[in-house]
Amino acid sequence: MKVNRPPTAGERTKKDLTRQQYLDLYYYLRLNRAVEDTMVKLFRQNKIVGGLYSSLGQEAISVGSAYALEKKDWLAPMIRNIGALLVKGVPPRDIFMQHMAKYDSPTKGKDGTSHFGDLDNLHIVSPISMLGDLIPVMAGVAIAGRYLGQKIVAMTWIGDGGSSTGVFHEGMNFAATQKAPFVLILENNLWAYSTPVRRQVPLENLADRAKAYGITSYIVDGNDVVAMYKTAKEAVDRARTGEGPILIEAKTFRRLGHAQHDPAEYVPKEMRAYWEARDPIVLYERFLVSEKLLDAKRKKEIEDKIDLLLQKERDFAENSPMPPAEFAAEGVYCTGDACHKIQPKWERDKREVMPPRSSVSAVWTVEGFGAGKGSSGGIAPIHFGDTADAPEKAENEEKLTPKNPIKTIGKKSAKVASARGAGALRRRTQGKRR
Amino acid sequence: MASSKPNCNAAGGNGSGGPATFLEAIKQAMFEEMERDPAVVVIGEDVGVYGGAFKTSEGLLERFGWERVIDTPISESAIIGAACGMSYLGLRPICEMQFIDFIACCFNQLTNFVAKGHYLWNAPAPIVVRGPSGGGVHGGPFHSANPEMYFVHTPGLKVIYPSTPYDAKGLLKAAVRDNNPVLFFEHKFLYRRIKEELPAEDYIVPIGKAAVRREGRHLTILSYAAMMHTSLEAAEALAKEGIEAEVIDLRTLLPLDEETILQSVKKTNKVLVVHEDTKTGGIAGEIAAILCEKAFGDLDGPLMRVTSLDTAVPYSPPLEEYFLPNARKVFAAAKELAHY
Repeated sequence: MKVNRPPTAGERTKKDLTRQQYLDLYYYLRLNRAVEDTMVKLFRQNKIVGGLYSSLGQEAISVGSAYALEKKDWLAPMIRNIGALLVKGVPPRDIFMQHMAKYDSPTKGKDGTSHFGDLDNLHIVSPISMLGDLIPVMAGVAIAGRYLGQKIVAMTWIGDGGSSTGVFHEGMNFAATQKAPFVLILENNLWAYSTPVRRQVPLENLADRAKAYGITSYIVDGNDVVAMYKTAKEAVDRARTGEGPILIEAKTFRRLGHAQHDPAEYVPKEMRAYWEARDPIVLYERFLVSEKLLDAKRKKEIEDKIDLLLQKERDFAENSPMPPAEFAAEGVYCTGDACHKIQPKWERDKREVMPPRSSVSAVWTVEGFGAGKGSSGGIAPIHFGDTADAPEKAENEEKLTPKNPIKTIGKKSAKVASARGAGALRRRTQGKRR
Repeated sequence: MASSKPNCNAAGGNGSGGPATFLEAIKQAMFEEMERDPAVVVIGEDVGVYGGAFKTSEGLLERFGWERVIDTPISESAIIGAACGMSYLGLRPICEMQFIDFIACCFNQLTNFVAKGHYLWNAPAPIVVRGPSGGGVHGGPFHSANPEMYFVHTPGLKVIYPSTPYDAKGLLKAAVRDNNPVLFFEHKFLYRRIKEELPAEDYIVPIGKAAVRREGRHLTILSYAAMMHTSLEAAEALAKEGIEAEVIDLRTLLPLDEETILQSVKKTNKVLVVHEDTKTGGIAGEIAAILCEKAFGDLDGPLMRVTSLDTAVPYSPPLEEYFLPNARKVFAAAKELAHY
């Protein structure tokens, strides 16, 4: 498959990243895979009560892109972005417990998979299953961050399948008109459940979707973690400086079925074999060894560290109780003092957004043509229906009430004219407010 | 509205220059909340330079600038999604649907994303979604809707549908300050037809409280929005025949003020529900169920309802007139009920 390299990926040399960064990427790739391997075991032991989705073979995308974010930045994962959650700082136990529907999980058993978030500390927005919905949400996060002066970037992911939803378009177009500091990683894993990408989108490169929004895009080999990181880093930096949203298409392949229940026999064997030979972790290990960034001893240390961590995390998860049944009735509304309160963190002078400094002239200026009138002129025609028309004579009018289209009642004047064939609509004398 | 300068351009917001229309009340509420709290922003189609299709946001852009009054593409899902995302950083966006009919375009974003956030992952989304609703103005099938019950059926949302300028202003302010997503329906028939003197000082009307608009002892009429006025008109005619109807303005549909309803039923023992929403699945059905569960012994007659027909809202005046409830229909139903 032809993969266009992004302008910055170029030829890798070990000077691109620090040794620690290279090893971090390796650690998270391995952790991502190990967490998912553990979950497959838990699933087969019937300890995961719902579905289990896999990012096998796509780990470099989640890890490489999330690694490009700063702590203050925001992300919203999709179901195949466990790696991004791990990079952002989510402990594996949370992921296990989510899948196992435990009471100590971030959603306390109310939702599963990667459907959880953390507004306060990690800046993670929970996904929902309706694909594309996160795009306008993260565009909103991005412009709110800009409004508050925080200089953040918002990132989310979407698949080739999800890129055909209406809200994908609404969200990208809105983000582009707002020049939102927003990065979208479009994971083209070639399959939307059972439907190949060719039957979904008449484009060779899904990055071309960006042309519709007039925004910058990249195409990157999604199985190359360094290329993924470097591309994402460049995109995040550009978005942060105000260039507007950026779309990165990461070419990859979904190695397993849509979820555990799906054997994915619709995928040609040759296609699977081609991509299995391009496993992102195997490729990266080869690179690290050839560059003398990783040897057998270091590799063993990392593996042991992950084994130890996951054993602990898994034990914790397995020992966590199921939620008490009555908990199902709680938390629909945010009420009372215990309710989470979000206060805006201003990192700019608030006075800039308050009158009189916020005041502007409300006109549209059109290049080459001058300016059009704004709203304060009071001359724009009123929309249909919101003005009192001449009272119509309806058949019931005379029977019901005297013709008296305007009434003033008591201390408060209440003028009412009706177009519905009725006279006075309203009497206030006995009304009381509670 | 005759004045060329909107009231809200005066410092302090409410202008206190004579009685305010329903529309001016909405505008004052937004203006005052934006003055009070820089976290409040307005987002929607044509809300900025144009000031909104009904001029409810007129003057806001001049005063609060481009960052706080955001003209969007025609993308209702993007409006709701973005507002939700903004709320995660502490902002309190007020979203405008140019006509509330278009809320159907962002139904998924509202019911699946926004409404479930707090329940699932402790993420409240303090956004307000407001817009002109209702018929009687020949808006036709796509500019006259009363879609409130789709959302009353959605746990996690609050649904407000006021009938007076005072309530509209006070409830909109309460909605902006609420930590939950609130849908705020503005009956466009009332926009310029009612005027009311509004207090000069800041006030809110609590969400979830009904109001007794007229006291009576023979039956209770439960209603809201434009139909509240229709019900009062019918009550006036009923009084001439010796039937004293108690008229209750529900004001908030979710959460419903069951206490006020039950108290009134205890007194009158008969209930007529009047709503402009279509019949099947309207709030009357829910109220009937509540009364069966909690006040069966208090009822001396069947719950009756006067509603719109179970059709789309037709355009032609005679058709729309036939479709909608009116005071005569309410009068007839109330009289029948009173005879039980």
